[in-house]
Amino acid sequence: MTAQPLCLSIGALSATLPNGDRVLRSVSLDVAAGEVHALVGESGAGKSMIGKALLGVLPPGVRQVEGSITLEGTRLETLAPAARRRLIGARTALIPQDPLTALNPSRRIGPQMTDRLTHILGWPAASARARIREMLAEVHIREPDRVIAAYPHELSGGMRQRVLIAAAFAAEPRLIVADEPTTALDVTVQKQILRLIADLQRRHGTAILFVTHDLGVVAKISQSVSVLYAGMVVERAPAPELFATPRHAYTKALMAATPRYTHPASSLQPVNSAVLAELALEVRAADTEWKRAHG
Amino acid sequence: MDSARATRRPSARLWLAGLWLALVFIAAIAAPLLAPQDPLAQDLLYERLPPFWMAGSESGYPLGTDSLGRDLLSRLIYGARIAVIVALVAAFAACLLGSALGLIAGYFGGWADRIISRLVDIWMAFPPVLFAILLVAVLGTGLHSVIIAIAVIDWTRFCRVVRAETMVQARMDYIENARIVGFGRWRIMLSEVLPNVLPPIIALLSLEMGIAVIVEAILSFVNLSISTDDPTWGGIIAEGRLSIHQAWWILVFPLITLFLTVLSFSQFGEGLKSRFDPVLR
Ligand SMILES: Nc1ncnc2c1ncn2[C@@H]1O[C@H](COP(=O)(O)OP(=O)(O)OP(=O)(O)O)[C@@H](O)[C@H]1O
Ligand SMILES: [Mg+2]
Repeated sequence: MTAQPLCLSIGALSATLPNGDRVLRSVSLDVAAGEVHALVGESGAGKSMIGKALLGVLPPGVRQVEGSITLEGTRLETLAPAARRRLIGARTALIPQDPLTALNPSRRIGPQMTDRLTHILGWPAASARARIREMLAEVHIREPDRVIAAYPHELSGGMRQRVLIAAAFAAEPRLIVADEPTTALDVTVQKQILRLIADLQRRHGTAILFVTHDLGVVAKISQSVSVLYAGMVVERAPAPELFATPRHAYTKALMAATPRYTHPASSLQPVNSAVLAELALEVRAADTEWKRAHG
Repeated sequence: MDSARATRRPSARLWLAGLWLALVFIAAIAAPLLAPQDPLAQDLLYERLPPFWMAGSESGYPLGTDSLGRDLLSRLIYGARIAVIVALVAAFAACLLGSALGLIAGYFGGWADRIISRLVDIWMAFPPVLFAILLVAVLGTGLHSVIIAIAVIDWTRFCRVVRAETMVQARMDYIENARIVGFGRWRIMLSEVLPNVLPPIIALLSLEMGIAVIVEAILSFVNLSISTDDPTWGGIIAEGRLSIHQAWWILVFPLITLFLTVLSFSQFGEGLKSRFDPVLR
């Protein structure tokens, strides 16, 4: 481990679904300041749920039942709801998966982008607007005035995602959750958007929790990785180490199943049944232990 | 080509419906200036005069007279006043009540949703016309009982549509983003969700105005609305029914007026909806 201060530290986080099943099983992970931490796993593994727990937007009925989330040294559980909202709003941002539904269809782009600046940080409207124009230039949007005055449906998917990226970085958050930010886009646009995020991340020194199921993307962008299966972190390692010497059978299976894991277009292939059986045992063991501890 | 036609059709509909509604509203506002006769003046020498193109018509009575010799056109013009008042006030009241409850149920969910949805179910179990007659019988006849009855009965229509639409919007990622930005629940409900459920609300509001006009006509028809002196479309229809064999026009003209008005309200609503929809705009 490096001596860098931690931006985010999640300790033994468990969350339950409305039916009482655990959707996160004692998840622990650390994100150092300014690094990209990839969260990999198949669909349904609970990757988005970790991001939502951290941002305080768990779906109705899903509850954090245990564990701690520490953002830049502040334990979120110790804060009153309003203070927690303010801290989250000021220090974090989300780059969502689907740039279509992530923008309000009946509001113009400009005001949606300045919300965070004016509401949480209390910037005057004029400087917020200036900041937004600056950010639009940073994401290579050539006609900022047209975009600011546009409604979301007037922009292409790639443009919308650029807008959301600009909005996420505008308030200089310490941590950004990027939840599969390229999955909903055309293959040709995916690479540009990925490069854009990596570029801004480096320039602004922002830590990113990067959710993906694409090992190719992980290899390109991240410094450290957590592999998630059924709400359980099965392996956690710096990226080069993970790719050089994967320790868990599931990680190995994922890599074997992704032909040349530097190829961004291919996603995960089915994992073989022996590995799945082993994983099922681990999940069962974790649940038994948890039930014993919680009566 | 096809898409051009598809976008032109609703706007022609919007204009025609709007034109008729404008006529009705102007008639209501300027009734004393527009009506050729006093709508209440009886003259038994002029009873059951036919409309202007038929033999035996009199100038000054373009649509003929009823069985008491009152001018039909003037009565229709004055009748527009009650129709417009009921349409506006009752529909807005139903809309406000229903939309507010629908937003709360759809956005907050949980027990608020359970209570409101149960209430809607119970409400909708009553046959609406019977419910209206019952309510007016309890409240007493008169304009405000009619308005209260319509609002109290028809808020459920708004509530159901707004609730469903709100639930769709509440699942969208932009709501999540607004929560992360730190907006409170009421602010999100009013400034993020509401504008997106406005198009269906507007369409329903216009439809509801038409429904209010019909309900008022039905209540007048069964003599439960306004005092019989004031001309109402429903009242004229009721009188016309009695002399259908001698003077068909007393029944047919108010029916046409009513039909065009109700149709225009619903078409106008549909037209406005596509105007207001940000994606279709
Ligand atoms: N609102 C909800 N209510 C109940 N269960 C849910 C809800 N949302 C998600 N789940 C369940 O929680 C689990 C984890 O979901 P999550 O969205 O975190 O998966 P993910 O790893 O992000 O998958 P994907 O790659 O498909 O986005 C899934 O099995 C899903 O069925
Ligand atoms: Mg997800």
